[in-house]
Amino acid sequence: MDSETDMVRQIRALDSDMQTLVYENYNKFISATDTIRKMKNDFRKMEDEMDRLATNMAVITDFSARISATLQDRHERITKLAGVHALLRKLQFLFELPSRLTKCVELGAYGQAVRYQGRAQAVLQQYQHLPSFRAIQDDCQVITARLAQQLRQRFREGGSGAPEQAECVELLLALGEPAEELCEEFLAHARGRLEEELRSLEAELGPSPPAPDVLEFTDHGGSGFVGGLCHVAAAYQELFAVQGPAGAEKLAAFARELGSRYFALVERRLYPPYPLPLSSASLAQDQSPVTPVSTLCAEARETARRLLTHYVKVQGLVISQMLRKSVETRDWLSTLEPRNVRAVMKRVVEDTTAIDVQVGLLYEEGVRKAQSSDSSKRTFSVYSSSRQQGRYAPSYTPSAPMDTNLLSNIQKLFSERIDVFSPVEFNKVSVLTGIIKISLKTLLECVRLRTFGRFGLQQVQVDCHFLQLYLWRFVADEELVHLLLDEVVASAALRCPDPVPMEPSVVEVICERG
Amino acid sequence: HLPRPPKVLGLQARALTPQTAETDAIRFLVGTQSLKYDNQIHIIDFDDENNIINKNVLLHQVGEIWHISASPADKGVLATCYNRTSDSKVLTCAAVWRMPKELESGSHESPDDSSSTAQTLELLCHLDNTAHGNMACVMWEPMGDGKKIISLADNHILLWDLQESSSQAVLASSASLEGKGQLRFTSGRWSPHHNCTQVATASDTTLRGWDTRSMSQIYCIENAHGQLVRDLDFNPNKQYYLASCGDDCKVKFWDTRNVTEPVKTLEEHSHWVWNVRYNHSHDQLVLTGSSDSRVILSNMVSISSEPFGHLVDDDDISDQEDHRSEEKSKEPLQDNVIATYEEHEDSVYAVDWSSADPWLFASLSYDGRLVINRVPRALKYHILL
Repeated sequence: MDSETDMVRQIRALDSDMQTLVYENYNKFISATDTIRKMKNDFRKMEDEMDRLATNMAVITDFSARISATLQDRHERITKLAGVHALLRKLQFLFELPSRLTKCVELGAYGQAVRYQGRAQAVLQQYQHLPSFRAIQDDCQVITARLAQQLRQRFREGGSGAPEQAECVELLLALGEPAEELCEEFLAHARGRLEEELRSLEAELGPSPPAPDVLEFTDHGGSGFVGGLCHVAAAYQELFAVQGPAGAEKLAAFARELGSRYFALVERRLYPPYPLPLSSASLAQDQSPVTPVSTLCAEARETARRLLTHYVKVQGLVISQMLRKSVETRDWLSTLEPRNVRAVMKRVVEDTTAIDVQVGLLYEEGVRKAQSSDSSKRTFSVYSSSRQQGRYAPSYTPSAPMDTNLLSNIQKLFSERIDVFSPVEFNKVSVLTGIIKISLKTLLECVRLRTFGRFGLQQVQVDCHFLQLYLWRFVADEELVHLLLDEVVASAALRCPDPVPMEPSVVEVICERG
Repeated sequence: HLPRPPKVLGLQARALTPQTAETDAIRFLVGTQSLKYDNQIHIIDFDDENNIINKNVLLHQVGEIWHISASPADKGVLATCYNRTSDSKVLTCAAVWRMPKELESGSHESPDDSSSTAQTLELLCHLDNTAHGNMACVMWEPMGDGKKIISLADNHILLWDLQESSSQAVLASSASLEGKGQLRFTSGRWSPHHNCTQVATASDTTLRGWDTRSMSQIYCIENAHGQLVRDLDFNPNKQYYLASCGDDCKVKFWDTRNVTEPVKTLEEHSHWVWNVRYNHSHDQLVLTGSSDSRVILSNMVSISSEPFGHLVDDDDISDQEDHRSEEKSKEPLQDNVIATYEEHEDSVYAVDWSSADPWLFASLSYDGRLVINRVPRALKYHILL
């Protein structure tokens, strides 16, 4: 009975649902038909309006035609008059041309003068058989000749920077002066300026100053000579591009000669520390008129990069040698309990600071990874880093070797391998990072070749903590210094038959005292 | 072409050698460096067909191993240089050992290392260094009968005769480096040419060639590298050529008849180069390992014994005159880096070629990882065909 009533209830509910659905849809149909009816009405209205529009347009067209017809006559006459007026203006221009040119030359508005001349040229040429035009042409030629002479004068006087010179040349070319001569003169002028630059560079090559000045030298050369040469080449190409391959050849020869002299100077500056295999021959290979400038710039940049890389290597070597000797010559097995940071570490920090200052004079800072405020206070012990835990297990069970080293190897897979020598960028931080990486890597390799007593290991601990305190601020990513020094201490621990690390607090006290 | 799985030893290691006398199976010996746990020699057997690495372990309890070399005559004999600590003094000693007979030719045990029990080495003899100092390395006479070895100790070269089936090492002759400062040999190599009468040594930045019969110096290359020279190797096909590598990150190739300038210099590594090895048959293939964690295989074809690739056969020349001029105008092939292997995460201290398969080589990094690789197939066929 209950289920029957239940079913009946359900049936009723379904029924009412169905009705609602039908009703709702029915509503939609009704509204649809209403909409369509409205649309029909609207379209009818639009059609009426369109018809009216058409009629109006027809009327307008009609009117317009009638007006045109009426005014046709006048229109023609006006056009003719306008034409005559224009012609008269041109004639006036021509007649006034000589005086105008004279005034321009007087005022020094050479560009203007050349423009006028250009405009009138063709007409005068065509009508030169008419005596009046002839006279004007002759006058203009005299004035133009004087103008050209003045331009040449200005050009020869040189001193007034390249853009003005370029303008003179441009105008002279526009006046139809022989391009070849101008090419020669232009290059001769540029040569004078650039040779002066070379001379001043050569003067700097006196008694060879220490490495940092290499950067200054290149800077000087780069902005002075190379910059100048690039300007000249760019201007030359703009001006004489039309002259075709012969012109480009001249420029290439010019650039080649001066360029090779410059590179010879740079080579002299670097020899004997590092004979650079520079090839100015690469300049000679470039025949296309468009690229010599970019090749020069690319070559200069490449040279600068190599110089910088060399500098980093040399400085890195200096500090490396200090660290190397300090590890190789000490008797690490019988050393006493450490009381101080070793003097060599302090020297390393001093030297690094000095390099930082020197490089800071020439290069901008560069980008450093943001560090936490207490980074310098990082506690440093053989146990601290997660990478260490794998290496140095407190338990001494013989089965341990497999596990601990496997663990450290797995951890190594996930930590980034340090690239000892990634390319150096042109900023201070990158240079210092390169130098410090080389130095610490050397320290690591040297530590791995010795055997340490308990106190020897502790001394290494102290030294590394000291380095950590002071070197982090020079590098791009302080994590790098931490990782490398971690590695050094870990390796020292592995090289110690009886490793008992010093208490971190004691390490800190000793370092602070240092 | 499956990648070979790198083998991870349990400990630090920097000593590697192929089992020189074994020319059928691919086998390498690795010595561990630990100050805490018992040191071991791992015999790594590489099963090429199935791409499986089998390992056997020998105990070397006398001390951590700095250098290992295998006899060219007897598969079971090897020499190690190891550290012995006594009275807070460390001394590097050298000894000759024999491995258990059943391991000589390898045994194909399961790759599950931990279950196999380590076996012991039989000590054949010590190389007495009471008078000489720390042993840097031991070299066997190449292709010899395994009775002659040379060891370098501090500033001495020592030539030993192994007598009474290698149970006694008798000092036959010696030479010393004289000069100011602490002179020390870092590495040496016995040349396979000149009837095996020449060795070359590296000390500081100098390379020296010695005649083993008179123990006198033949040639001397001063300032071969800007910093310490770490290793050297002889070209197996060209008797006057050798390669050296050092802490200046460079590899240099020398003609010993003209030592003023290297014939070629490579600077592909970014840190100290610890090892340089010529391929035993094809001397254009040069392997180098560095503490920048990389192994580089270079193709030094221009200074190899076949700089023009394969030369035209005589038959062809006699047929056409044109051939001769064509051959003359051929340019020597270009040197290049074939491949850079970056599978190591730590400094690579040893690389060497297999004595069984000329196209296969192993590299060992400090973290105990041994990686086995091959010369790329395309290049192999190019060289062969």
